[in-house]
Amino acid sequence: MSVTQQWITIAIAVLGTMFTRFISFMVFPPSRKAPKYIVYLGTILPSAVMAMLVVYAYKDMVLSIPSPTTFPTILATVFIILIHLWRRNLLLSILSGTILYMILIQSL
Amino acid sequence: MKEAFKFAFPKTIPILAGFLFLGISYGIYATAQGFSPIYPIMMSALVFAGSLEFVMVNLLLSPFNPLSTFLLTLMINARHIFYGLSMLKKYQRLDYKKFYTIFGMCDESFSINATIEVPEHLDQGWVYFHVTWLNHLYWVLGTTIGALFGNHLPFNTQGIDFALSALFLVLFLEQLVNKKQYLAILIGGLGALGALLLLGPDHFMVPTMIVILICLSIDYFYQTHKELNQ
Repeated sequence: MSVTQQWITIAIAVLGTMFTRFISFMVFPPSRKAPKYIVYLGTILPSAVMAMLVVYAYKDMVLSIPSPTTFPTILATVFIILIHLWRRNLLLSILSGTILYMILIQSL
Repeated sequence: MKEAFKFAFPKTIPILAGFLFLGISYGIYATAQGFSPIYPIMMSALVFAGSLEFVMVNLLLSPFNPLSTFLLTLMINARHIFYGLSMLKKYQRLDYKKFYTIFGMCDESFSINATIEVPEHLDQGWVYFHVTWLNHLYWVLGTTIGALFGNHLPFNTQGIDFALSALFLVLFLEQLVNKKQYLAILIGGLGALGALLLLGPDHFMVPTMIVILICLSIDYFYQTHKELNQ
């Protein structure tokens, strides 16, 4: 495709992405009271979506079992769960877990 | 506003690590396919949706097809519709910061803003806004470094992308412990895992969301039906 067509393609991707991010707010503006069902979805969806995003984050590891990343991933994950339930400190859990993972994967 | 920044910034540090690494990889990838640095940099600034941006590199090398580009964009980013529904109450109240905060609602910004409990004395709107632009900045910065300086990085970054998996894991734990919505978590987790194993890594998100929507709707109408009968 030509350079113009490339930038049109990028513009379409921008608009499509914006559409998915804005559509809920356009359908349910502040002036219009959202139906009970939608309010319910708003309170319950984050839990389901966060669970989905964890699977999303681990998808490559899950599909490649067994591989050199399997053991470091499981160990770092267990470590993060334990340290997070113990200290409940977002940054501490993520940084220490990631450093552990990097050490494991670079040295194994 | 300053206080809100002090609260928001530490929450984004894991993303600083993850996005710099991923952004650098993306910048290297796009320029290795023959694109001038301005392409990945502009896409990171304007599209700001990681997985779509990787796909776009291939798309830009294929024949021009606006309709399929649009549909593909909707499919890959469909989960953002869910994010919008989840953030209706939180973002609807934002003033002039609203447009940008919604524009920049990537997975990571959504996850943080949906999960963290903002202390009473802070302005929630500013916290959401700071989280959003910081993450956006990290992503564009990473892409720029990768696109311009690609192969001259001096240290071993192997494994640093785990920071993003760790982020989702920890935010998930927070959600689990704080909200205790076990049924929804079970539906989302098992639905995604089943769809992933059945359909593979590229096509499981939309079916998962349909499953989630159906199951949660059944539960909702079952609960309201029960209430009506009491």
